[in-house]
Amino acid sequence: MAQMTMIQAITDALRTELKNDENVLVYGEDVGKNGGVFRATEGLQDEFGEDRVFDTPLAESGIGGISIGLALQGFRPVPEIQFFGFVYEAMDAINGQMARMRYRSGGTKAQPVTIRSPFGGGVHTPELHADSLEGLIAQQPGMKVVIPSSPYDAKGLLISSIRDNDPVVFLEHMKLYRSFREEVPEEEYTIDLGKAEVKREGADVTLVAYGAMVHSSLKAAEELEKNGVSAEVIDLRTVMPIDMDTILESVKKTNRVVVVQEAQRQAGMAAHIIAEIQERAILHLEAPVLRVTAPDTVYAFSQAEEVWLPNYNDIIERVNQVVNF
Amino acid sequence: MKRTLENIESQFETFRILNEDGEIINEDAMPDLSDDELKELMHRMVYTRILDQRSIALNRQGRLGFYAPTAGQEASQLGTHYALEKEDFILPAYRDVPQLIWHGLPLYQAFLFSRGHFHGNQMPEGVNALSPQIIIGAQYTQAAGVALGMKRRGKKSVAITYTGDGGTSQGDFYEGINFAGAYQAPAIFVVQNNQFAISVPVEQQTAATTLAQKAVAAGIEGIQVDGMDVLAVYAATKEARERAINGEGPTLIETLTYRYGPHTMAGDDPTRYRTENMDNEWEKRDPLVRFRSFLEKKGLWSEEEENKVIEQAKEEIKAAIKKADEQPKQKVTDLIKNMYEELPSHLEEQLEEYTEKESK
Repeated sequence: MAQMTMIQAITDALRTELKNDENVLVYGEDVGKNGGVFRATEGLQDEFGEDRVFDTPLAESGIGGISIGLALQGFRPVPEIQFFGFVYEAMDAINGQMARMRYRSGGTKAQPVTIRSPFGGGVHTPELHADSLEGLIAQQPGMKVVIPSSPYDAKGLLISSIRDNDPVVFLEHMKLYRSFREEVPEEEYTIDLGKAEVKREGADVTLVAYGAMVHSSLKAAEELEKNGVSAEVIDLRTVMPIDMDTILESVKKTNRVVVVQEAQRQAGMAAHIIAEIQERAILHLEAPVLRVTAPDTVYAFSQAEEVWLPNYNDIIERVNQVVNF
Repeated sequence: MKRTLENIESQFETFRILNEDGEIINEDAMPDLSDDELKELMHRMVYTRILDQRSIALNRQGRLGFYAPTAGQEASQLGTHYALEKEDFILPAYRDVPQLIWHGLPLYQAFLFSRGHFHGNQMPEGVNALSPQIIIGAQYTQAAGVALGMKRRGKKSVAITYTGDGGTSQGDFYEGINFAGAYQAPAIFVVQNNQFAISVPVEQQTAATTLAQKAVAAGIEGIQVDGMDVLAVYAATKEARERAINGEGPTLIETLTYRYGPHTMAGDDPTRYRTENMDNEWEKRDPLVRFRSFLEKKGLWSEEEENKVIEQAKEEIKAAIKKADEQPKQKVTDLIKNMYEELPSHLEEQLEEYTEKESK
């Protein structure tokens, strides 16, 4: 076992799959010689050659389009969108084309594409780098959206995503890239897509989160414990499809829920999750299900970012409202 | 400062082999086609013209759905396609159903596509193609990817894609030709310039004198062809294909053509944006008239032969419509099953719900 950061675990997963399957191709802007702007593809071009790991022209829609074409030729593309805020340029290729291929071909053509991309707030980026846009993809039938919160999960989930025969958007929170290390097995392993993980067991309230908000939720849970509130924390890991079974099992135990997302409040994942909970378990609820989200503005200029982003105090506040309802 | 635009634009002359009377005006460029192959090309154009007429009639009777008329564009569509091999991959636009049919898509499936039945989109094994693209230009970047994939696999085949004059204004058009150029991928990009993007004339799409010259910016070969001259279209595509499989990169082919009918059968009225005079001018250049006259002079075509093709087309269309009518009705459950390789639980639930609904 090695101690790895999330970025190292991602590189390790890419290396594992490049070795395992000659159809895996890794490419994007600056991913070749430069090893990616975050070094996610560091050393991979040297190891696997320019035919397998390569730079593309600077055009996100083109990257999306060639991924579709390469998949039609039997490859297993793993393109990178340099920052997920740039995905708007590629939205037709992803939601309009890739997501529909299996459907529109009547099940005769697949798109085993994994689009990796950094996103997430708290690192003082310029505009359109940090936005949480998972909801745009999650709304499109045919797509899967995976968001790891730890190095261990990142490796297992990325390997599973690459092996999946449907298109996956794999979002890597920038703040988690190097924020901590943990034990990551050097051998290959997979984590099932669509399976949440209970990160912390509790009895009084359930916190449903993903990405960096898992860590804010865990911190909130620690603080709450001091005041005698026992919070269970669920890390969704895959935000489409959502593991409702794990959520509902927890709801039936705690009877109180707060859903936490870094994205703005409007039309978000949390709204969807809450709708599912109330449809399926309303008689188990002792209080309304509340949300912790960013406000409904465009992503904050970095000077205002710290307040704009949801943090563990916001979570504690909401939990107290739910517990004292 | 040296001015280059005029110099570049003057390089793009329209490539022609036959004049409007079907006489060879460019002997050197005459493609190497046997008499039988020349007749086959005529056969396909006549057949496709009849298919278009019947499709329009069937649409008016409510027996077909979405349909984009093809008359006038036969030389552009079938001349490019005739230069292809079975292993080549076609990424068509919405008007390019004829190329799919001649590439192996059964006629009844083409009708099912028109009717909005998913079986129309299920390419039979060995038919290398996507079903027609609706988003203008999206297929251009995909073609670059298919071509790059062929290059990586060491295949001796090409990806060919089609758009219209309006499509050249899309970002994906530039990204597609640029990616293919950067990777020297074996792609052929065809622009069927039929002068109008629905109603907007090509002069309003761009300041460029030709659409072929857009190749220059991507560093790839570009050629403007008389799109009513099937031999010129064939010869240009054949050469582009040879260059592509020899590793010499992609080609942009602009064919100058005209659609006689409306944009689609969904209510477009071309008299709002085209003059009768313009229609007449273009009909004088008709690809069938011209090629027929060429073949007749060579003693390769007769009215009798033409009638045989027409009868054959009508019979086959009739049989294909009958077969399309016999297909099982499309179900929502079929669609749900085609969303993912393995259905997630929310779709499993919905599958159950619709299985119940559709069993009633």
